[in-house]
Amino acid sequence: MNKAREGSTLARAQRRAAWLFLAPGLLALAAVGLYPLLDTFRLSFTDAFRGDPDPARWVGFAHYRALLADGAFREAVRNTVVFATASVALEFLLGLGIALLLAREFRGRAFMRTAMLIPWALPTVVAARLWAWMFNDVFGVVNDLLHTRLGLLPEPLAWTATPGLAMAAIIAVDVWKTTPFMALLLLAGLQLIPRELYEAARVDGASRWQQFRAVTLPLLKPAILVALIFRTLDALRVFDVIWVMTAGKFGTESLATYTYRQTMAFNRLGYGAAASVLVFLIIALFTAAYVTVLRVDRDR
Amino acid sequence: MKALRRAGAVLLLALLAFHLLAPFYWAVNTSLALPENVAKTPVDYVPSPPTLEGYRRVLGNPLFLRAVLNSALVSGGATVLSLALGAAAGCALGRYAFPGRGAVLSLFLAMTMFPQISVLGALFTLVTTTGLFNTPLALISTYLLTTLPFTVWVLSNFFRQLPRELEEAAFVDGAGPFAVFWRVLLPLAAPGLATTAILAFINTWNEYLYALSFTIDESARTAPVAIAQFTGESALEIPWNEIMAASVLVTLPLVLIVLLFQKHIVSGMTAGAVKG
Repeated sequence: MNKAREGSTLARAQRRAAWLFLAPGLLALAAVGLYPLLDTFRLSFTDAFRGDPDPARWVGFAHYRALLADGAFREAVRNTVVFATASVALEFLLGLGIALLLAREFRGRAFMRTAMLIPWALPTVVAARLWAWMFNDVFGVVNDLLHTRLGLLPEPLAWTATPGLAMAAIIAVDVWKTTPFMALLLLAGLQLIPRELYEAARVDGASRWQQFRAVTLPLLKPAILVALIFRTLDALRVFDVIWVMTAGKFGTESLATYTYRQTMAFNRLGYGAAASVLVFLIIALFTAAYVTVLRVDRDR
Repeated sequence: MKALRRAGAVLLLALLAFHLLAPFYWAVNTSLALPENVAKTPVDYVPSPPTLEGYRRVLGNPLFLRAVLNSALVSGGATVLSLALGAAAGCALGRYAFPGRGAVLSLFLAMTMFPQISVLGALFTLVTTTGLFNTPLALISTYLLTTLPFTVWVLSNFFRQLPRELEEAAFVDGAGPFAVFWRVLLPLAAPGLATTAILAFINTWNEYLYALSFTIDESARTAPVAIAQFTGESALEIPWNEIMAASVLVTLPLVLIVLLFQKHIVSGMTAGAVKG
């Protein structure tokens, strides 16, 4: 009785303190997140130009109309979708295979799990430069191996300077760097599946494939869903690897490199802001799905 | 049959290990090569003779050293700041029942996905008008946009799992919410703080877009930007051995962190993405 009352006094004190605890963090995010976001919306309706001392003029929806008519922007959308679809699909299939492999007990498992973290922790800029060097058309190890030593290629390829091939090379780098992340997420999901279910399935005479179909896949579904959305959101924002490897040339321009180019290289703050808003809306749609899947409402 | 399957698994694992680690071997191989042996065909698969010349050149390059120092300052600053702000917010969201909690929690989770590119121009304007452009503070403050939501989300999960009786006992002793937070809850949350600190540090150490946009010269340029811009006297003679030596040096602290804290990292990664 006494204890319950103290508990409720504590609860009241905490309820009062809650917003004080939250205030510094919320203020910081308002300054570097909310305010710039609102400012981006405002800029997108003006002809603001970087370094222009004159006040920006209102241009209404002109930038949005121009964007939708701009072939380069449409190509950036297309490239981003191709990149996201291909890299996430490959990362998922490879990641699932690796997770299933690592879910078993074997010597050296701890080593493998550590080794998988290293590409993930590597700066993307470093990964991109390293792979650009390996893909180098004259002195790169990829051409040396595939053409000079093994003769699998009739002639050396300009991997990062050929339309089509450049995008494939960028996807390969992303798959190399991010598959471990996908595998570790799926592995965490696999380890939540009770072992008894597999034993029961075995007693019933289920084959390995049937166990996979009847036990693993359905129970792994939440983890798969979260991992896919998480990675898709990441892939839609791709910038670093493309900017370092090709600077968006040879059919590799993404939404982010397009927006960066307009804003920082061409100084078109207003036009870049309109592109930013469209990127934001696309990501927001996926984020809404993500938050819904995670169901954060824990007040129930 | 069983032996065959076992051999297959071993082979797959060996392939996987090769695939993961071969590029690192290549970085080290190139970094140890003599400048005149880097750009030649056929390619050398082992440096002959191996030399530390590339490392000597890079470590003698004041621009590179300055960039590493800037990176350490920026990452350290952003990590400490997001931990300080994030621990308080995470505690409130993880332990206190108050109206609007679910909404604020959703907001933080949604913001972990915030696309940095979508506020690039506006942040550039903000950073310029506040006089922060080309200073470490420009990056420390804008990095909060990525590190803080994640820190709050992971720490709120962490605080929620601490036993309820702890703070009640302290409260009976007359301590207010702040004292309970500071003296009782925060020390218990140390493992969660370590996890989020490591992830925030890695994240900011590797950041490229804002570092590229909000700095102009060596006074604030970070290591990823320096490595991306590393070129030789002319475009034809790119010093790949130096670039790879710099890459290895910038990656070493991260490899060390991974080796020391891999358990923390995996639990943090999965807390950010899997736990609801």
